[in-house]
Amino acid sequence: MNELLFLIAFPLLIAVLLLLVPRDSIRDVLVTGSAAVLGIVSLYVLYGYFNRNTVMFDIPTEPWGNVMTIIELLLAVYILYLGVKHRKSFTIALIVLQAGLLLWYEFFLKPGMHPENNLFIDQFSIIMALIIGIIGSLICVFALGYMKTFHHHHPEVRDRRNLFFFILFVFLSAMFGLVFANNLAWILFFWEITTICSFILIGYSETEEATNNAFLALSMNLLGGVAFVGALIFLAITDPSGKSLMLDYLLSSGQAIALVPAVLISFAGITKSALMPFSSWLVGAMVAPTPVSALLHSSTMVKAGVYIIVRFAPVLSGTIEGLIIALVGGVTFLLASFIAISQTNAKKVLAYSTIANLGLIVACAGVGTFNLVWVAILLIVFHAVAKSLLFLCVGTVEHRIGSRNIEDMSGLIGRMPKIAVMMFVGMAGMFLAPFGMVISKWAAIEAFIQSPFGLIFIAILAFGGSATVFYWSKWMGKIISVTRQPEVVENSVTKEKWAVLYILTALVIICALIFPLISAVLIEPFVMNIYGQTTLLPLANLTIMILMMGLLLFMPFTMLLYRTAPKHTGPYMAGRPTDGHAFAGSIGISREVVLSNYYMDRYFGEDKIFMIGAATGWGLLLFAGTLLVGVIL
Amino acid sequence: MIPDLTVRVGAALLYIILAPLVGGLVVGIDRKVTARMQGRVGPPVLQPFYDVLKLFEKENLVVATAQNYYVLSYLVFMAVAGALFFSGGDMLLVIFAFTLSHIFLVLGAYNSFSPYSHIGAERELIQIIAYEPMIILTAVGMYMVTKTFYVGEIATSTIPIIMYLPGIFIGYLIVLTIKLRKSPFDLSTSHHAHQEIVKGVTTDFTGPNLAIIEISHWYEYVFLLGVVYLFFAFNPFIAIAAIIVAYFVEILIDNTTSRVKWQLTLRTAWIIAGTLCLVNLGVLYYLQGVLTL
Repeated sequence: MNELLFLIAFPLLIAVLLLLVPRDSIRDVLVTGSAAVLGIVSLYVLYGYFNRNTVMFDIPTEPWGNVMTIIELLLAVYILYLGVKHRKSFTIALIVLQAGLLLWYEFFLKPGMHPENNLFIDQFSIIMALIIGIIGSLICVFALGYMKTFHHHHPEVRDRRNLFFFILFVFLSAMFGLVFANNLAWILFFWEITTICSFILIGYSETEEATNNAFLALSMNLLGGVAFVGALIFLAITDPSGKSLMLDYLLSSGQAIALVPAVLISFAGITKSALMPFSSWLVGAMVAPTPVSALLHSSTMVKAGVYIIVRFAPVLSGTIEGLIIALVGGVTFLLASFIAISQTNAKKVLAYSTIANLGLIVACAGVGTFNLVWVAILLIVFHAVAKSLLFLCVGTVEHRIGSRNIEDMSGLIGRMPKIAVMMFVGMAGMFLAPFGMVISKWAAIEAFIQSPFGLIFIAILAFGGSATVFYWSKWMGKIISVTRQPEVVENSVTKEKWAVLYILTALVIICALIFPLISAVLIEPFVMNIYGQTTLLPLANLTIMILMMGLLLFMPFTMLLYRTAPKHTGPYMAGRPTDGHAFAGSIGISREVVLSNYYMDRYFGEDKIFMIGAATGWGLLLFAGTLLVGVIL
Repeated sequence: MIPDLTVRVGAALLYIILAPLVGGLVVGIDRKVTARMQGRVGPPVLQPFYDVLKLFEKENLVVATAQNYYVLSYLVFMAVAGALFFSGGDMLLVIFAFTLSHIFLVLGAYNSFSPYSHIGAERELIQIIAYEPMIILTAVGMYMVTKTFYVGEIATSTIPIIMYLPGIFIGYLIVLTIKLRKSPFDLSTSHHAHQEIVKGVTTDFTGPNLAIIEISHWYEYVFLLGVVYLFFAFNPFIAIAAIIVAYFVEILIDNTTSRVKWQLTLRTAWIIAGTLCLVNLGVLYYLQGVLTL
């Protein structure tokens, strides 16, 4: 139990210290040291609890419950103040509504409830804790160097790094709290903290665009928060004893009681994990410094959304509401993958790829058979590792070449060879066999085919999956094309950044190699615990996958065969050999070659496809809402 | 059930040794038949082998050293995909290995930074996204009929798969045209000397590298025709006949149509072939209760 409390309290303590520390050198030591501690403690939690299934901890509700209420109300006042200051009427309306509902809940419904077992841990929580503790803290370490360069490049932005690192660590603390909390009221508290942390981080640069996007993120997440509070109130009214506020009790109490809160909370999850129609906040969030994007996309925030939906998967399974939520996810996967084809901005491609993958996770959780829950958790793991690596690489590249446009990354393999190889590994992790995401896609097809209405999702997977292949491959092609006499510009990258990047690259490969172990130790027991049956991987296929991985890792060594042998020549330029990359024209003119990828904006343009996605998403959600009202009445 | 390990490894080895010979022969016959359709005598049937042997004798001239790596990976993973298929492995795994190998070819083309290779690479990618969903849906269709993704079990099933999956078979034939690099869908590079942007995806490969690409194609052909076999696996004689007819139809289409733009290729593959596949699967899904599969 102490490990859990430590993981929640320690980042909070460090956060406060970071707020007070004025000097760079002390901050460096603090952040690096506490990142190491968090990583080690989360591994220790794995060691201590992996074979103990669900363990409950009886933490007294008070005074913590009251402390949380007070903090929540203070934050509401703070947001109200900001909302008035920036004249965001929608945000104001939402926060007033949410605070009002919360007050009602606190003063009229909560007294008389005596919840026990406020904290718990099981294999899924362990997985989430590892993601937060290892990947999240690595990103914080990376942010140290990144923010120095960031302020060097952007002198116009106020240097508020104290606040920045304070928020990063509060964020980690809240995420730990969220995955260990068993009391839904506590989950809501941590949930709201992550919303506000991301609001502050997105608005960090204080430009008009950043402020607007921060408020967009805030409003959409508050909308989800209102639904979450609604679920609490529903539970408090239907069961005044307060027992069903406990996640474990609620999940085992059957669909008749749990379906309404499950759908409301899944709606909150959909807003938080930025599925369509709410995807615009995550796309807008890329105005923030890159480590923030890495954090939001890989280990925190959006992962909180899918975490809670996967938790409720057994309740959603087999219901029409669950199917609708799955469809929202499926449509998001398909359309976000299409949009990613048309984007030239590297961070936008990454953002849409995240949205697509979250959609896929929700699609799995919404259908909610035991196989699909297994797939969903596997997707969470693989996505977190590969996406954090990619974001940090793009951030590094952006600072060195001064652009985040994919077209400007041509020939990166010559200019930043090590970073380019790391990006290559990260992208391979996102779409190539035998890396993680493809393993999940494969398992998802095999699982959907055995579930009701699975055919729709298989079609979505087949088409969306090939769009995924397209946008990653053309980006990969851009990076590895060989341009003339490149100048190496990656030498100024600092040591701690390299360390983070090396560790993440290794993790992408290691996760693909040891995923059978992750599955056997953590995911399969978790699924077994809930469903009484679990996915078993055929040994023959596993062997083949690992052999393929070995082959893939071995192939680059064949380059050694050609170290001296081949003779080099220029590329084919319409039959007239020229010096380098130019066409030889008439009367001695030579024209430099400029190559650009296909983006097919006419077919996969962002505006058009987002419109379709938003309309479909709202339609599905309204339908689910109507059904829900029917159930409640 | 899945045959035991020695049989599987044996089949995989047999494929790795024999597939280039069979594939090369198929290409030789293809060229002969094509020539006859065009009123020419055509090259000897063994011409593809002579070509490849000659290419191996040439100097290894490259734009970038890494090209060798990409091309070799293309060959290796194509062989892996085919070997998995013929050893009775999981069809989805085969498809993913198959895609992986093509990505290496595309990367090899991007690698040289030449305008012609570049366009070839982009178009090859468009072809990949055009055919990949259909091949996955083909595997799914076979699963719905035989209840297994294992090629070994599908091939030994006594169910006449083609009777249940006519739509998927036609869809597969459409994408087969893309995969065999035949008109009207030979966008990235074409196998015969049709209209051509120089040589598309293979522009900047010469000598031994070009030979390796050619051998990879032979591996690919045998695999693709193997999938046709699966539709008729209940009777090997009918299956062989079906392969011959299907290939002949592909040659005929190749010689009677001209190349279309990529937009039309993508539309044909996604909308026409996709609809055929999905309608077929939908009907099958609906009838699952009625038919006792």
